[in-house]
Amino acid sequence: MQIWNIASLTIHEGIRRNIVRLAIGMGILFLIVFGVGIHYIFLQFEDANFLPPGEMEIPAIALTIVGLYVINFLLILVSVLISVASISSEIDTHVIDTIVTKPVSRWEIVLGKWLGFAIMITVYATFMAGGLITISALRTGYRLDTIVPGIALMALNGILVMTISIAGGTRLSTLANGVVAFMLYGIAFIGTWVENIGSVFENEAAINIGILSSLIVPAEAVWRKASLSFESRILGNPQFAGPITVFSEPSDMMIWYAIFYVAALLAWSLWSFSQRDL
Amino acid sequence: MIAIKTKQLRKEFGTKTAVDDLTLQVEPGEVFGFLGPNGAGKTTSIKMLLNLVTPTSGSGLLLNQPLGDNNIRAKIGYLPEHFRFHTWLKAWEFLDFHGKMFRMEKSQRQDVIPKLLDLVGLKESTHAKLGTFSKGMTQRIGLAQALMNDPKLVFLDEPTSGLDPLGRKLVRDIIDGLRNEGTAVFLNSHLLSEIEQTCDRVAFIRSGVVLETNSMATLNQERLRVLLRVAAPSTELATDLASLGDFITADADTPFDHDTGQIIFHVDCEENIGTVARHLVEHGHNIYELKPQRITLEERFLEVIQGDKG
Repeated sequence: MQIWNIASLTIHEGIRRNIVRLAIGMGILFLIVFGVGIHYIFLQFEDANFLPPGEMEIPAIALTIVGLYVINFLLILVSVLISVASISSEIDTHVIDTIVTKPVSRWEIVLGKWLGFAIMITVYATFMAGGLITISALRTGYRLDTIVPGIALMALNGILVMTISIAGGTRLSTLANGVVAFMLYGIAFIGTWVENIGSVFENEAAINIGILSSLIVPAEAVWRKASLSFESRILGNPQFAGPITVFSEPSDMMIWYAIFYVAALLAWSLWSFSQRDL
Repeated sequence: MIAIKTKQLRKEFGTKTAVDDLTLQVEPGEVFGFLGPNGAGKTTSIKMLLNLVTPTSGSGLLLNQPLGDNNIRAKIGYLPEHFRFHTWLKAWEFLDFHGKMFRMEKSQRQDVIPKLLDLVGLKESTHAKLGTFSKGMTQRIGLAQALMNDPKLVFLDEPTSGLDPLGRKLVRDIIDGLRNEGTAVFLNSHLLSEIEQTCDRVAFIRSGVVLETNSMATLNQERLRVLLRVAAPSTELATDLASLGDFITADADTPFDHDTGQIIFHVDCEENIGTVARHLVEHGHNIYELKPQRITLEERFLEVIQGDKG
């Protein structure tokens, strides 16, 4: 019950401080830009017979996966930004003092905050990715292989970086925590590209660096699994060269590793906050 | 039942000892003042009692339960020195949230919140956001959240620091009400006059050690200083008076003040001033002034803290 009290306070804060409203507003703007853009691109393709009818799916796939790729990136940024100050700033300002002295365990406070953010991230991932997929389908007629697993993995990605941010917040100042969370994501990002390029040239060292970076932060590996669940044809397909190309598919174990990673880091956060002096 | 009992509580931060030996006891319905200079370890002591920081060693009980017991916190209220709250919450929502954290039922919260808002003088601000509150109003709402659960023990850390005289009077009245209801109050304040007016007992802490714990009644008895002016004052007369018995002592600093012609001594109770007067008259001294004077808590505080108890 106390966990839910904290979770609902966290969601309430997101709503009351306009975070949710602005995120949805800006998200709608993003979807409008995407929808208008894809409309005019396909208008040209259709009018001029720019592409043979059989190949019209290629730009549809490219634009949809690029859109989802950007949403995945924005989701990671938003997940860090909304959670980075949640614990550390409440410690710094002593807002937390009157809460932890109530009949509530400290781990319940951290878990409640985590749950509140996880709900917001899942709803936002569904809204953004679902919106983009719907717009794409309505305009281009293109259907993804599957939708739900991919969105679930994108939400997992947001939850993963949010958990890093929550864990850091139990020990670090807000700014230091933000730096660590973003840099860890940067390591995952560059590691993935090293692995991608390494797999093209069959460079084992580069592939291993990528795998190691995915073990440090499995966010990009999860995204690759998400994108392949949306559209399997992007795997090793030179027609989709660019940020959406996946040359090396992570194993299914990587998803389980990501889930374990979140669970272990969350457990550490609960322990860490319970141990520290305030 | 004992409200607070601690034995040799100690807290070290690295090589620095914030609290060396916190040993004290507070009874139910008692208003207990906690006095000490800046950096004496007062706030760390309160934080140890409330499990905000973990003691390095020692032990303690709150309402007969060991420190850190989760359930007993349902009977404890706390207003911190650095009172900062969720500014985006409205006053009602803020108290409702803290009521939930106290595991209070909805009907109970709905019953208590209007009464508390009225008690702390914030009835008109029921639906105002805390972000619009002044410092004093924030302190008042913080006091209200500390009282949400009808506590048996309340910790108030500098509860009047942001309040005007009316607000201070309000806090004094609330503390009196708590005492009458049998609630123990642990009061940390720099305003010694507030402590003097509200507390039953006080503890003096310096460098993380409780130097002295005394009831205000005892301190009042101990603190009867007498100023004497006679026709021919002298150091000899002061010495002579001090030898009258155990009930009288010469002032340690200025038994005879040459500038004012005053002889200063201490007696253990007002009745003995008459004994002194009779002695002076019997020995032919003309008394111009014989004035009992209470030593303020501030003077006592300085004596104890500076290690000069007299």
